[in-house]
Amino acid sequence: MCLAIPAKVIELLPDDMARVDLDGVTKEVSLGLVEDVALGDYVIVHVGFALSKLDPEEAAITLALFAEIFESLREPVAVTP
Amino acid sequence: MKYVDEFRDGTLARNLARTIAAAVEAGRRYNLMEFCGGHTHAISRYGIADLLPEAVRLVHGPGCPVCVLPIGRIDGAIHIARKPGVILCTYGDVLRVPASKRTSLIKEKANGLDIRMVYSTLDALKLAQDNPSRMVVFFAIGFETTTPPTALAIKMAEAGGLANFLVYANHVLTPAAIQNILESPEVRELGTVPLDGFIGPSHVSTVIGTRPYEFFAEEYQKPVVIAGFEPLDVMQAILMLVRQLNTGRFVVENEFSRAVSRDGNTKAQALVAEVFELRRVFEWRGLGLVPYSALKIKETYGRFDAERHFDVPEVWVADSPACECGAILRGRRRPVDCKLFGTTCTPDEPMGSCMVSAEGACAAYWTYGRFRSMGGG
Ligand code: SF4
Repeated sequence: MCLAIPAKVIELLPDDMARVDLDGVTKEVSLGLVEDVALGDYVIVHVGFALSKLDPEEAAITLALFAEIFESLREPVAVTP
Repeated sequence: MKYVDEFRDGTLARNLARTIAAAVEAGRRYNLMEFCGGHTHAISRYGIADLLPEAVRLVHGPGCPVCVLPIGRIDGAIHIARKPGVILCTYGDVLRVPASKRTSLIKEKANGLDIRMVYSTLDALKLAQDNPSRMVVFFAIGFETTTPPTALAIKMAEAGGLANFLVYANHVLTPAAIQNILESPEVRELGTVPLDGFIGPSHVSTVIGTRPYEFFAEEYQKPVVIAGFEPLDVMQAILMLVRQLNTGRFVVENEFSRAVSRDGNTKAQALVAEVFELRRVFEWRGLGLVPYSALKIKETYGRFDAERHFDVPEVWVADSPACECGAILRGRRRPVDCKLFGTTCTPDEPMGSCMVSAEGACAAYWTYGRFRSMGGG
């Protein structure tokens, strides 16, 4: 039940609803629990409701963190104290 | 797929695994509980345990919403479904959870009761609108993630003047369950369940934020790292926990910052607070009676409360003695410790709740066949 993937908002509909793209499948979900969601935003959907918006900057920071680990493994000398 | 593929990269996963292996201190054990069933599923599906050094042991927690539902509450739902004119609807996983007397909602449905599966509370509302002569009861279950959709449905039913919609509320609270585990004798005194830190839930935290965990980190001196659902998220969180433990720190860190903030979703929280209030006590499968661990519908919305409407009996029914779900949910046992695992009990014929949903530890082990932890990790 908790399993979910980020969905992209592709159309804003009346009554706080939106059409989202979930890996190629479109679905109507409610935006009734979130604020300020715009077209093109990614949201986390759970049982038909968007629960939160994905922050692209924070996602990039987390990914950079993984990559940094990767870099530090390739160049072990570059580790700072 | 954006925000998914890049968090599943195999090369980065192996590198993260090497970093974790380099970070663990010799002779030290790291017993980390993943609270959430979604994490249990991801760990099994991607074989994360296989990538970790021996020193890191993952303990499965009670965060599978279907697994913790006690038999008595399912019996309560069947009690409601037997009332004349009722359509009982609920999320798919719930239908197969064993009730007492070897029945379940799906078996009762086959016997003629009008029980239906819905994907969302909006479907439940629609069912009520389409069937004005029937009483539609939504059997609401789940943690803080499914509670706001239930609260919103009740508000919508009120706004739309829907008179044939009721909710049988079984929503439970994550912090209360974590506290129960930390207070349990196995963890506190006996030390039979060593627990050094927590991988905090993804979706629950989008709603409640990271703040509620600060108390546990501080009070019980256990680090908590909120993690996303993808394999790299889980591994990064493990690395962050290992580093905290190495340096003797115990704070809340947030690996899932792309979706979780410290305050969480305040709009959803306000809705829940308007419609629900705390129950003094609630029974959990595996944990027993846990004080202030669940929600009930407030008096002001009492006319939507199926428990008030139908006088549902509060019964306590013991689990099947052979099923180890209770011990598994407390982190004391693993699925493979159960004699019924994979023989009498399979996802097609579940004997216990942990074998029902994909987030249940038994179902996750069975589906992905990762039995490395058989030897105790
Ligand atoms: S394998 Fe089945 S009977 Fe055994 S603990 Fe798991 S759910 Fe219960």
